Amino acid sequence: MKKLALATALLVTPGLASAQTLTGTLKKIKETGTITLGHRESSVPFSYIDDKAKVIGYAMDICMKIVDAVKTELKMDKLEVKLVPVTSATRIPLIANGTVDLECGSTTNNVERQKQVAYTNTHFLTASAFVSKKANNLKKIDDLKGKTVVSTAGTTNIKQVVEANAARNLGMTVLPAKDHAEAFLLVELDRAAAFVMDDILLASLVASARDPSPYQLSDEAFSLPEPYGIMLRKDDAPFKALADKATSAFYRSAEGAQTYAKWFQSPIPPKGLNLNVPMNEKIKKIFSNPTDSPDPAAY
Amino acid sequence: MTYNWNWGIFWEMSPEATGTYLDMLLMGLRWTIATALLAWVVALFFGSIVGVMRTLPGRTVSIIASAYVEFFRNIPLLVQLFLWYFVLPELLPKTAGMWLKQLPNAPFWTGAIGVGLYMSARIAEQLRAGIKSLPRGQAMAGTALGLTTVQTYRYVLLPMAFRIIMPPLTSEALNTVKNTSVALTIGLMELTARARAMQEFSFQVFEAFTAATILYLLLNAVVVFGMRRLEKSIAVPGYIAGK
Amino acid sequence: MFSGFDFDVIWRSLPYLFWDGMSFTLMLTALSALGGLVLGTLLALMRLSNMRVLGAIATGYVNLMRSLPLVLVIFWFYFLVPYLGQMITGSERPLVVGAFSSALITFTLFEAAYFSEIMRAGIQSIPKGQVSAGYALGLTYRQVTGYIVLPQALRNMLPVILTQTIVLFQDTSLVYVLSITDFLGAASKVAQRDGRLIEMYLFAALVYFLISFAASRLVRALQAKTAIIR
Repeated sequence: MKKLALATALLVTPGLASAQTLTGTLKKIKETGTITLGHRESSVPFSYIDDKAKVIGYAMDICMKIVDAVKTELKMDKLEVKLVPVTSATRIPLIANGTVDLECGSTTNNVERQKQVAYTNTHFLTASAFVSKKANNLKKIDDLKGKTVVSTAGTTNIKQVVEANAARNLGMTVLPAKDHAEAFLLVELDRAAAFVMDDILLASLVASARDPSPYQLSDEAFSLPEPYGIMLRKDDAPFKALADKATSAFYRSAEGAQTYAKWFQSPIPPKGLNLNVPMNEKIKKIFSNPTDSPDPAAY
Repeated sequence: MTYNWNWGIFWEMSPEATGTYLDMLLMGLRWTIATALLAWVVALFFGSIVGVMRTLPGRTVSIIASAYVEFFRNIPLLVQLFLWYFVLPELLPKTAGMWLKQLPNAPFWTGAIGVGLYMSARIAEQLRAGIKSLPRGQAMAGTALGLTTVQTYRYVLLPMAFRIIMPPLTSEALNTVKNTSVALTIGLMELTARARAMQEFSFQVFEAFTAATILYLLLNAVVVFGMRRLEKSIAVPGYIAGK
Repeated sequence: MFSGFDFDVIWRSLPYLFWDGMSFTLMLTALSALGGLVLGTLLALMRLSNMRVLGAIATGYVNLMRSLPLVLVIFWFYFLVPYLGQMITGSERPLVVGAFSSALITFTLFEAAYFSEIMRAGIQSIPKGQVSAGYALGLTYRQVTGYIVLPQALRNMLPVILTQTIVLFQDTSLVYVLSITDFLGAASKVAQRDGRLIEMYLFAALVYFLISFAASRLVRALQAKTAIIR
C-alpha cells in the first residue's frame, strides 16, 4: 500500500527527470542512446519469437510504450532499442547487473523479488496450475503424490511446487527445466507427470502444441492469482516514475483495452490461435486502477 | 548496482524445507560423488576392454574398437547425454522405452552411464598407449612360455600397463568428476545444479558459486590424494623409471 | 509420438542451424582458441620465469581453472563479468555484456589454462643450449623468447594445440546451459518447437562427429608431415 501511495505521488509530480540532472537508467539511456529490453523466447502471448524470428507480445507492446515515453522525456530523436533474450533463470540477474533495462515478459511481482529488482504497474494476473496428460487423470495437487513433476528454473512456480511438496508431504520428485518448452516436452515424453506453471502460459503452450488433445489443466491452483509486472532496476525512482506514468496512462486509455484484446481475444502469430481469455474482473481493475503491488490480496 | 553480500545465507533454510542451503549443496556433492564413482567404474570396465581390443592383432576387433573410440571422442559429451536421455527411449519398443523413462533417478543412471562411456574411450586410448609402451619382448615371452593371449594380457601386460598409466588415469578420474556437472542438463541435481538452484532461490549468486567452487577443489584434492596413495601402494619397485 | 521420422525438418531448418548456430559455434571456437593460446603462452612464460610471484599467480590460476567443471566456470563468468567490467572501467554501473562476449571471455580464460600447459611443455622441450646461445649472442629475454623459443615451441606443439582446439569446439556446446544459440542450442530449439527430438539430436551428433573426425584426421596428417621435417 505504501508503494501505491509513493507511485501515485510520483505520478502526480510531472517531469521529475528533466527537472534535475539524470541518474541511473535514464542517464545510461541518454549517454548510450540505447535502451535494452529483455524478452522471452516462448512466453506466448506475453513475449515470444514468432515464426518470422520477430520478437512480439503483449508485454513487448507495453514496453514499447515505456520506450516512447523515455524518448519523449529525454528529448531524444533517436533511441535504439536492443533486444536481449532472457530466460526465467537469467532475467533477474540481468536486470540487477545492468545488462537489461526493462524485462518485458511474464515475470511475477512479489515481495521477495523486490529485494533485487523493482516493478512497474501490473499487466496481468495469473495463478500457478499444472498441465498433465488427460490419461493420467491428475486434477488436484494431491493427485501428484509421489509423481515426477517439472517446472521451469528460476520461476516462482518451481519454488511454490517445492514448498507445497514439503508442506503437504507429497514426496514428489521436482525436476527443473531450462525453459518452458523443455518442461512441456518432458510431459509430452512422459518423463514428467505434470508441468507446473502460470495458467495462462500453460494454456498457450497447450493451444500451440502440435496436438493439444491429450492435455488438460488442473482444477486446483497452487496460489492466488499473482501479478505479472515489467521489471526494472531497484532504487531508480526517476525511471520507475516514468515507467509507471507511461503504463498507467496506457492502461486507462482505450489503447490499453485494444492491446489486451489483440493478444488475448484475437488470432495471434505464429499459428493464428485465439486464446480467448476475456478480461476478468481483476484484470479490469488493474486497467482502471493501475498498481504495482506485489501482494496478491490487493487484487 | 552493488551486490548485496550475505554469507550467512548458508545457514538459512532452503525453500525445499529439507534443510539449510548448505545441506542442499552437500546433497548435490553426494550426487556428484555417486555419479562420478559409477561413471568411473563403467569407464574402467569398458575402457579396459576396448583398450585391449585396440592392441589385439585381429582386423575386425581392431575396427570395432577404433569405431567405438572415434564415436565417443568426436561427439560432445552434452550431445551424447541427450542421445541417451531423449533419443534412446524413443527408439526402443514402447514398453522398454516407458520403463526407462519412469525409472526412479533416471537422470542419475543416464548421466553416470553416459559420462562413463564417454570417459571409457579416453581410458581405452590411455591403456592402448600404456600397453604399446611396454617392451615387445614381454608379450613374446608370454607366448614363449605357452601362455594364451588372455593369460598374457592378464598376468604379464595389463598389470604393468595399468601401473604405467596411473598418472594419466588420475587426470581422467578428475575429468570424470568434472564431467558429472554436464548431467545437470538432463536433470541430475548434482553440485553445480544445486549451486544454481541456490542462486535462483536466494539471489546470492557469488556465495553459492564460491561454495560450489570450494567443494570441487576439495573433491579434486581427495581424488588426487587417493590416486597417489593407490599408485604408491601398488607400485612394483624398480620397474618404472623414477620410482 | 513419432509416428514416422520426419527428416525433412532438418532440411527446412538447415539455414537457421548453420547460419545462426554453427556460425556462432565456429566463431566462438576460433576466437577463444586464438585468445586462449595467446593468454596461455603468456601464462606459460610466467610460470617458467624467474620471478616467483608471477610463477605463483600463473600456477594458481592454471590449477584453479583445470580443477573446475566448465559448466561452473560458464555460470561464474556469466554473472561475474558485468561486475568485473564495472570494477575495471570504473563506471558506475555494471558493464553490459552480450551473450557472445560473455561466452568468448569464459572460453578464452578457461582454455588459456589448458593451452598454458601445452605451451609450457613445448617451451621446455626446446634445448636449453639454444636459449643460452641466444643470451650469449647478447639477445634480450624478449628477443630470445620471441625469435628462438616460441616459434619452435609453437611449431612442435601445433598438433596438440589443434587437438585441444577440437576439444574446445566440442566444449562450446555447453553454452546450452545459458540458452545461448550455438549449433546445439539451435538444434534443440528446432527439436522442441517441432517435436522432432530424435531427428535433430541425431543430426547434431552427426555434424559434430563429422567435423571433429575430419579435423582430427587433418591433425594426424599434419603430425605425419611435420614429424618428417623434424
